[in-house]
Amino acid sequence: MSNIKVVKEPLIRFTKRTDISRTKTILIRAAAVVLSLIVAAIVIVCVTGLNPLEVYVSMFEGAFSSTRRIWITFRDTMVLLCIAIALAPAFKMKFWNIGAEGQMLVGGIVTAGIMIYFGNSLPMPVLMPLMLISSLVVGALWGLLPAVFKAYWNTNETLFTLMMNYVAIQLTSFFVAQWENPFGSNTVGIINANTQGGWFPAIFGQTYVLNVIIVVLIMIGMYIYLGNTKQGYEVAVVGESENTARYAGINVKWVVIRTMLISGALCGLAGFIGVAGVDHTISTGTAGGRGFTAIIVAWMSKFNTYTMFIVSFFLVFLDQGAKEIASSFNLNEYASEVVTGIILFFLLGCEFFINYKVILRNKSKEEA
Amino acid sequence: MEQILTLLQSAVVFGTVIMFGCVGETISEKGGNLNLGVPGIMYLGGIASLAGAYGYENGVSNPNGIVALIIAFICAFAASVLGGLIYSFLTITLRANQNVTGLTLTIFGSGVANFFGGSLNKMAGGVGQISVPVTSGMYRTGIPGISGIGFMVYVSIAVAIAAHIFLSRTRKGLNLRAVGENPATADAAGINITRYKYFATCIGAGISGMGGLYYVMDYIKGTWANDGSIENLGWLAVALVIFTMWKPVNAIWGAYVFGVLYWLYYYVPGLGRSSQELFKMIPYVVTIIVLVVVSLRKKKENQAPQSLGLPYFREQR
Amino acid sequence: MSQDVAIRMTGVTKTFGTVIANDGVDLDIRKGEVLSLLGENGSGKTSLMNMLSGIYYPDSGHIYVGGNEVSIKSPKDAYELGIGMIHQHFKLVDIFTAAENIMLGLEENGRPGSKSVTAKIKEICDNYGFEIDPNKKIYDMSVSEKQTLEIVKVLYRGADILILDEPTAVLTPQETEKLFKVIGNMKAAGKSVVIITHKLHEVLRISDRVAILRKGRYIGTVDTKDVNEQILTEMMVGAKVSLNIERDEPVNTVKRISVKNISCNDREGLPVLKDVSFDVYAGEILGIAGISGCGQKELLESIAGLQEVSEGGHIIFSDPKTGNDEELVGKSPRAIKELGVSLSFVPEDRLGMGLVASMDMTANMMLKDYNESSGIFVDKKKPEKLAKKIKKELGVVTPGITTPVGKLSGGNVQKVLVGREIASSPTVLMTAYAVRGLDINTSLHIYKLLNEQKKNGVAVIYVGEDLDVLLELCDKILVLCGGQVNGYLDARTTTKEEVGMKMMYLSNHGGK
Repeated sequence: MSNIKVVKEPLIRFTKRTDISRTKTILIRAAAVVLSLIVAAIVIVCVTGLNPLEVYVSMFEGAFSSTRRIWITFRDTMVLLCIAIALAPAFKMKFWNIGAEGQMLVGGIVTAGIMIYFGNSLPMPVLMPLMLISSLVVGALWGLLPAVFKAYWNTNETLFTLMMNYVAIQLTSFFVAQWENPFGSNTVGIINANTQGGWFPAIFGQTYVLNVIIVVLIMIGMYIYLGNTKQGYEVAVVGESENTARYAGINVKWVVIRTMLISGALCGLAGFIGVAGVDHTISTGTAGGRGFTAIIVAWMSKFNTYTMFIVSFFLVFLDQGAKEIASSFNLNEYASEVVTGIILFFLLGCEFFINYKVILRNKSKEEA
Repeated sequence: MEQILTLLQSAVVFGTVIMFGCVGETISEKGGNLNLGVPGIMYLGGIASLAGAYGYENGVSNPNGIVALIIAFICAFAASVLGGLIYSFLTITLRANQNVTGLTLTIFGSGVANFFGGSLNKMAGGVGQISVPVTSGMYRTGIPGISGIGFMVYVSIAVAIAAHIFLSRTRKGLNLRAVGENPATADAAGINITRYKYFATCIGAGISGMGGLYYVMDYIKGTWANDGSIENLGWLAVALVIFTMWKPVNAIWGAYVFGVLYWLYYYVPGLGRSSQELFKMIPYVVTIIVLVVVSLRKKKENQAPQSLGLPYFREQR
Repeated sequence: MSQDVAIRMTGVTKTFGTVIANDGVDLDIRKGEVLSLLGENGSGKTSLMNMLSGIYYPDSGHIYVGGNEVSIKSPKDAYELGIGMIHQHFKLVDIFTAAENIMLGLEENGRPGSKSVTAKIKEICDNYGFEIDPNKKIYDMSVSEKQTLEIVKVLYRGADILILDEPTAVLTPQETEKLFKVIGNMKAAGKSVVIITHKLHEVLRISDRVAILRKGRYIGTVDTKDVNEQILTEMMVGAKVSLNIERDEPVNTVKRISVKNISCNDREGLPVLKDVSFDVYAGEILGIAGISGCGQKELLESIAGLQEVSEGGHIIFSDPKTGNDEELVGKSPRAIKELGVSLSFVPEDRLGMGLVASMDMTANMMLKDYNESSGIFVDKKKPEKLAKKIKKELGVVTPGITTPVGKLSGGNVQKVLVGREIASSPTVLMTAYAVRGLDINTSLHIYKLLNEQKKNGVAVIYVGEDLDVLLELCDKILVLCGGQVNGYLDARTTTKEEVGMKMMYLSNHGGK
């Protein structure tokens, strides 16, 4: 007799899937969304006693019931999408840039600064490019620092970029205090409210068309960059294996730095859009946690910028909708974060079922 | 002199919140799980304690302080562990990415807390603020004969010391550190990786959640504000983990140093409002410097656990 | 079953995919003996022992410990049966002390650093003659100290049967002596010791019996006192098998690469290559023979620009187009390419270095020349055509050229890699274990491709483990032993035994 107890095959086993069809992948994700909506509905009923269907209908109305609302939904989607796109190359390289919040804020600060000091003196064709380039540059610099330390000394980039966020937030508070208007309000107020100097111009009579144009261009550009350019190819190889990258003759350190410059710059650009194109002011809430939400968007979209558009849109829709139900059902707007959180949990969890096959014990053949 | 004393007192109170958060997160990270959901967990702990206490104080005519204290504690601990459990299930069992799951937990926790916090405020009488005087009063009780500072300050120190002893002096602590450093080796030595990771993350979350409890019951005296303070404190707790170089015993002074640095602007004469904001940057800048110096010196004991953030699968050929 | 048998394995078979690692192996390990397990690379020694230590589970066959049939499913099970294995790659936590590593995962009482633990460690050390500082951190330890610690760790867990996987591969002669003394002490204490090795003189010196495996099969066990090196080598390499590889006489050979006095160290700072010099000729296949891990990898990587080389070493490339001599030492892979040197390299680590696992065949085709087209975009047409061509010509089994190569089987991964490297029409082609994991027909196809390259005037370097192939495919054979050149033989005239001996015995005069 053996003195080792007989180990039974476990009730459920997981094996790595070798291949899965696209349809099945989409089905699993759809199932996750449906399940999460059901769970969220149960939560809504338990907590508020409201009919969840009514709540969902009302959410839909909140996001789409008028042209203005649709534009606002698009406007917010664009900012979130811009950050997610910015993060894509860094994540693809397996560089955890958690610092989008800060990179966006510094871009916003420099934009606001230019609006305040030159908004009424420089002509539009000079002002816009100046703000654009400045926000790109400072965002890139904010991303450069952790990248250099990562490339040369392998300093943990997750923690480094996370800390840089708070440095940027305090920097924002500093400038808010500097530019306070009116005095004592502790806000910058709407910059150039009368002259609209440095504001994105309306196109076709719509305020946010320029936002959409810029971000859609970046979306297409990044898709091509990652999928079709030599640099995008290098990013993918470095992300997969540094050894392979060296074997292929790639300068790994330089690719890390270059990619973070791009990532930071585009986050800075999001700050430019947020300040000059949306808020027309600067505050610590300019990024408003979107730097973090965008991380989730970029990750769940698997670096595909078009998928990022859908995911961003979905999250903004939830947010807008939740604001609507907050006012119409006398709830508070944080309900959106609860629902968003639940849906994201399910989407994160469902990836497992895309990558692994679940085998129940009675289905698998008995071992002799 | 008096100013220094008040500064120290604010620093201690401030430090206690992040010390809980930091010690909990350290335990989780020692097991290899980088839980960026700490702010969310602190939110959950805070709101659960408040809701529990509110329910109790309004449910009975003559609320008993000790019972209120225990209810608030249990609610806070349970809610935080639940948050940790969601994170563990997703990252350990379902192998989801740790960073993304943690951030989602922060969004979720902040949503839940502010949703209920706002609602509680409303329920408490529309215009008025919610308040749980009995429970909060209990939590602000000092230890007679020692000081007037709430007893949770001493609890936090005790927890930090206990965590230090657990990690450095016990076999289970040793095994846990092995899991975070080199799970393959731990696995070969017969350690149940999954169980250790679950326990470390959930207990760690429970401890972090105490930061939320303390913040709500003592720091803001049993009220609620949807101002995002807990989130900021949560990220400071994550920073503090780095600053203490993953040693809970360092959190005892580290947390107070952060507190001093945070409040220093208030006591430095001649600072304009804008310069004050720059002063508040110091804790983060110091943390970055520590992170950089540690990675430059390459002293192995001071680094983050080697497999921090990485999932573990037993290799199979 | 006789009383003195500690472990008996009967009919043990283990397969990995299509590769048979062990085929119906029978083996007895007696109590209180030192048994050597001898065999060439890939003969299945380590996988056989891994089934005793709970790393692998056999597909079929029986294992008896102390007369009882057992099923060993994890390292923990093995410990409970008194079996402990010291792997080539140590399983230690770097920032822990020796004592902490020893008691990792144990459920007994006594906290880390306590007297009882230290006392028990000291007792073991005194009994067997180990020298170990329980409070020393692993990262401060030398390789030999780490190995000692692994042995102590196993003994601490009460092992009666110790398996050591190539224990002397990483030790200096002095350290080896010390290890042998300790093994003697353990034997005297009644423990069984199994040593996996291919160093004949060590086998003869310390073991009581020798068990020989060849290509996954059990050949036999002999008493050490009855044999000599000659007999063991013959048992190990077996009779020459003819593979019918067509080999043409080299024509128009010219010196293409001249390696001069190359030395380098591994990450731990230990020397891997020692003063290696040889020439590679265009139009020839140079085989490199040697037991695994004695510098083949570093040698190829030095030429490819991936391995730092100690000062004083030179690798001179004679450019056939310009006639110039170019120094390759100190140049990155890209710099070498920019010199106009077309170097193809099939590395041993296919998915970790040669290919990108998550990318499809097309994207992998352009790994080395994505940068050659003009403009900022990658040209996907050419690699796509190449991918289709390789899939067809080499018979790569894949759902399609858009399937990530990481999802293909080992043999198919190999075909993709070899196919790409040959397709770039190189002037030098280096392959490391090009046919490992491939079936015989695919292997023959690869040999054919290599021979075509040779005919085209390419300088081919073939690092191999199968001596039959080396003898039939190559024109010359360079034998490495312990990082040094231990022979430069004519493949047509040498014998399997001569190569085998040179792989295992460093002759004093070495070199050419």
